Formats: sequence, C-alpha cells, structure tokens
Amino acid sequence: MLEIRNLHATVDGKPILKGVDLTLDAGEVHAIMGPNGSGKSTLAYVLTGRDGYEVSEGEVLFRGRDLLAMTPEERAAEGVFLAFQYPVEIPGVPNTTFLREALNAVRRHRSLPALDPMEFMKLARTKLKALHMNDQLLKRPVNVGFSGGEKKRNEILQMALLEPALAILDETDSGLDIDALKVVAEGVNALRAPERATLVITHYQRLLDYIVPDRVHVLAHGRIVRSGGKELAQELERTGYAAFTGEAA
Amino acid sequence: MAASFETARQVREATEQTYKYGFVTDIESETAPKGLNEDIVRFISQKKGEPEWLLEWRLKAYRRWLSMPEPRWTKLRFPQIDYQDAYYYSAPKQAARPKSLDEVDPELLRTYEKLGIPLREQEVLAGVAVDAVFDSVSVATTFKGKLEEQGIVFCSISEAIQTHPDLVRKYLGSVVPPGDNKHACLNSAVFTDGSFVYIPKGVRCPMELSTYFRINAANTGQFERTLIIADEGSYVSYLEGCTAPMRDEHQLHAAVVELIALDDAEIKYSTVQNWYPGDAEGRGGIYNFVTKRGACRGRNSKISWTQVETGSAITWKYPSCILQGDNSVGEFYSVAITNNYQQADTGTKMIHIGRNTRSRIISKGISAGRAQQTYRGLVRISPKATGARNHTQCDSLLIGDSCGAHTVPYIESRNRSAIVEHEATTSKISDDQLFYCRQRGISEEDAVALVVNGFCREVLQQLPMEFAVEAQKLVGISLEGSVG
Repeated sequence: MLEIRNLHATVDGKPILKGVDLTLDAGEVHAIMGPNGSGKSTLAYVLTGRDGYEVSEGEVLFRGRDLLAMTPEERAAEGVFLAFQYPVEIPGVPNTTFLREALNAVRRHRSLPALDPMEFMKLARTKLKALHMNDQLLKRPVNVGFSGGEKKRNEILQMALLEPALAILDETDSGLDIDALKVVAEGVNALRAPERATLVITHYQRLLDYIVPDRVHVLAHGRIVRSGGKELAQELERTGYAAFTGEAA
Repeated sequence: MAASFETARQVREATEQTYKYGFVTDIESETAPKGLNEDIVRFISQKKGEPEWLLEWRLKAYRRWLSMPEPRWTKLRFPQIDYQDAYYYSAPKQAARPKSLDEVDPELLRTYEKLGIPLREQEVLAGVAVDAVFDSVSVATTFKGKLEEQGIVFCSISEAIQTHPDLVRKYLGSVVPPGDNKHACLNSAVFTDGSFVYIPKGVRCPMELSTYFRINAANTGQFERTLIIADEGSYVSYLEGCTAPMRDEHQLHAAVVELIALDDAEIKYSTVQNWYPGDAEGRGGIYNFVTKRGACRGRNSKISWTQVETGSAITWKYPSCILQGDNSVGEFYSVAITNNYQQADTGTKMIHIGRNTRSRIISKGISAGRAQQTYRGLVRISPKATGARNHTQCDSLLIGDSCGAHTVPYIESRNRSAIVEHEATTSKISDDQLFYCRQRGISEEDAVALVVNGFCREVLQQLPMEFAVEAQKLVGISLEGSVG
C-alpha cells in the first residue's frame, strides 16, 4: 500500500526528516510515536503534499504510484486521508455542503456519479448512526464553534464518508477527554478493513489502548529509530523517549 | 449551495473565457450623432415623443451638468472622461414599438436566450416578470397582462411617461434630484429607458419583477432610469441584472434608481451586477456610476437593498435609504468582488429622520489580484430621530498580497437616544483553509469559491431564491485565476 524510502524533507530550509523508511500493507494499523519536534506532523504533511514541506531526497510509492508527484487533491482522490491535529474552521459553509463537495470531488475522480443533496443526506445519516454521532454536526458551519471533541469526531465522520485507502491520524487524541477519546477510537476501529491501511501518529500511548496497532515505530530526530509490536508502546510509556533521543543523537 | 459549485465547474469547463457574456449581437441600430449638446437632449426627447415639461426638465439638468464638478472624493483612479467621445442614444431598428413578443426581432430574443433570460412566456422562469432593456430602449416586458389584472404597472419608463404621466411627473426626481451629483445630473438629461413599477394600495405583487440591462453597441453610454412606487400597504420584490460585450475601450453606465415606499409598504430591491470588468491587464470594462436611493416616506415602511457586485472596471455606487416615516426600516446587504485591476468604491447612506427608525448594513468585500476596494458608508441620525438604531457590519476578505481593502464609515448622530453600532473585520483566506479543502479532494479554485461563498452567505441568503444560485456561481467565476 505505502512504501516510504529514504525520505528527507525540509521546512524553511531546515532538515526535519532525515531518511525515513516505512512499509505499510493493506489491512494494517501502524503507530508512529515520538517526542515533540521529532518530525511526526511533518511526515503527515509531506505525505499529503502541503506547501512549504519540501522533499529533498527519497521516494514514496502509494499503491505502486509516485505519491510525491501528485497534487494534494489528487492524493485525496486517490485515497489518502489526513485527520488533522487542528481541524480548520470555514465560517458560513455548512458542514453538509463541505462534505458533499469533498465526496463528489473524490467520486468524480473515481468516475462515479455525483450524489445529489437527498442522496448525500441519506448516506451521511447512515454513517452518523454507525458512529453514534448527532445530526446537528451536519448543519453547523465547518468546525466553527465545535468543541475539541466535536472537531475530532467530524474528522472521523469525513473519513467514514470518503472511505480512504490510507488514513493518517495526526495526534487525534490531543485535547480529548477520555470519553471523547473512546468515541473517536471506536470510530477508527469501525473503519478497520482488510483493504484499508491506517497510520496513527501519537505522542502518548493511551490512544493505542483503544486503537491497537499491528506495528509501532519510534520517530526521533527525523528517523525511525526503532520498530516493534504493540508492546513497544507500553515500554515507551514506562521508559519515556529519553533513551531514543539519546540514541539518535 | 453545493449544487452551485457543481454548476460553476461545468460553466468553467464549457467556456474558455472567464466572462461568458462578452459576445456582440449583430443588429441594425439607430444611433444619435456622437457627442453631447442640447440638440442631442432634444433628439432623445423627441424620439420618445415626450411631453414639453419633460424636455424642459432634461434641458435644465443638462445646463446644470455643464458646470458641475465630478465627484473626486473617492479612492478611485481613472483618467478624465471625454463626454463628447460617446454616443448617447442607440436603439435596435424596428418598424414600430412591438406590441407582442412575436413582433420582436428574433435576433434580440436569441441574445436574451444566450444570456439565460428567455423572454417567451412559455419559457420564462416561473414567477418572474422581465423587462429587457437593450442599449437605450426596452425591447420587451413579460407577464404584463397578468400583472395588470391586479392594477400593477410594470413597463418601460418611456411607456409610463405616455400612459401614467401624473405618477411619473409626481415622483421623477423626487428622491434623486437632477442636481444631486454630476452622474445623476447627466442621467437626468439623457436617460433613455429603464423600468417603471407602481404597486397599488394593499397589493402584494405575486411575482418577482426584474429588469435585464444589456449594453451592446460600441462607444455607447447606458443611462437608464428606474422608478418604483409602492403605495400604502403594498409589497414588491424587484431584481436587476446587467451584462455587456467585451470591448477594449471603457464604456459609461450612469443609472439612477428611485424607490418610494408609502405607509406600511415594503420594497425589496436586488441587483446582480456583472458588467464587463475589463481584461486581466485592466483594458476595457464598464465605468459604473450609479445613484440609487429609496425614500421610506410612510410610517412602518421598509426598503431593503441587496447587491452582488462582481463586474465593471469601476463601481461607484451607494444605494441609500431616507427613513422619513416613523418606525421605517432601511437595509443594505452587499457583496462586492474585485479582481485583477477592478476598483470599487461602494457602500450606503442611511439617513434617519423619523422616530424609531432602524437600519441594518451588512457589507462583504472581497479583493483579489491588484484590485482596490473601499466600503464607504454614512449613518446620519437627525435631531428628531428619537429611538433610532443602526447596526453596521463590514467585513473584508483579501486574496493574495497585491490587493487592498479600505473601510470609511461616517457616523453623524444628533440625537442622544440613538444607538449606532459599527463592526469591521479584515481577513485573508488562509493557507490552512485551502489545504484543508484540498486534502479532502476539492481543487484550489473550488476551495476559494467555497470559502468566499461562506464569507458572503449572510448576504446571498437575502436574494430571491431564483437568483441566489446564479449569484453563487458568479462569485466562483469572478475569482478565477486569483490563486496559485
């Protein structure tokens, strides 16, 4: 599904990623953990093509194709989804309008007919129900006045609608209380599927109690310094990142 | 709302040029000699078979115009206009004034069809009556008969001068006197056509009334005059739309609109202005110098202006309300979009005279490219306007680094009991918003249209439903090429 080879990237001319290698197969959930400033969010933005994140070396193949050559919207249409750490507010645009625009853009790319408002509402309601979420979320302007939990739930709702092949969750647990965390994790688990790969980026182990990963990687100083099974997360919880930051330096 | 983006995309794909109304109709015209003098004023008046009083009114305005200075207090920059280098009358040639649509030149009907304004009654938008003005004259008015059944008069102003001279004489120039400003004065001297509406006492007009203005001839100014009178307890919703061919030289459009609302009457006036804005380098485009004013003469009357201004090289326009009647209400909702080298200096005036008068101003300005835009608004509370209230909300959105937005509020309060509020914001479309949309699969241009439509939503919601969708499309199209 996703093959990252020797990826180097800079932000404002400053090297952040210094040779990341990672392979993620369909049906798998991998977690990337690491201290603040290790390059976790940079990796998410490089994979989704954000301006200002320059790749200086290496390549990324997504389902065998050169991901880095695509525009952000092409990557999205091809099935790459990023759940944002800080979802963005768009005043005056109802959430339904935004979601339908996004879904229809992706459907057009896949040569599927666009959904009209009625068809869309029906689909959105089904997804909301499956995620135990409230209709009200659809009517309000995109993320405007949403609580931290609502914003993250809205990200999961979008993911459920867009049905990506690769989902990247960037610090989805930040700013959530334990109840909200459970709801979000439940949503992510409901979307686990043999054809889908998920990359969970997190600072803390606690999210991984609810979304149990197949593999855990530790990112420090722009490199993956260690990989292991889910027990690696628990080890980190006990020992902290100090050992790795030292190791990488 | 989403459907409109869908359509906007299709429109974009279907047309190579951004301005899709830029075609010219090949039609034989009758034109007055170039330039402006008393003989031209007489020529226009004679062409229209006007009564003596109106010719005198025009000549008086013309003489006054000669010595009036041009308003130069705006932020607009443009060269001196050569008034002698333009034609002041151009009309499609036809044997006599057509009595029905069957007699209208098919080429004209095709022009309006191309503009999306079919005039044959079986094809028109349900519930919308249209007066079509082509260059200097009105070529057709739909649904006239049906409206007459309720005593509603909806016709060209030239026709009203013949059929309802008393109403015209009583109200013409009563809200915007000829000497108001140089552009209005010129209009008073040479106005050629426009719409006239009279809604009788207690009648609620059963359909939207609309006028569609089209400039076709080259080097011709358009000077239309619209007069709407809502008698006691009546209601009307009126909409105007405008387009012009793409030409390299600037063309002058100086219109005057007067609204009169008597006791308990309400007028809702909406504009979707899409005159040719000039090309990306700032060549050509319409100079849009318009005076629009409404008088709430009666108690509990209400006048509401909604405008979506996307076209013209220069827009100079301040739709205003004179709130004379006690408890009368004035509203101004505006979206103005300027891209490339367009300039706009627009806003409103709310003049509170009666007691407990209320006004509300919501202005949304969007600037892109090298465009400059100014909101200029006056709120005046006179000594007798006890209990007057105003709320002004003025938001500017900038796209890119080379454009400008300016806000110039004038507040004059001479009554201690009045409450006047002014809020203003300036923001930019953020990279965060664009990336968020693009990460969800929405292209950059559609993302801009989405964010801008959200920004304007409060105003677009005020438009009659039939036109709100059109306006949303226009917002997207006007901003093409503004990012990336």
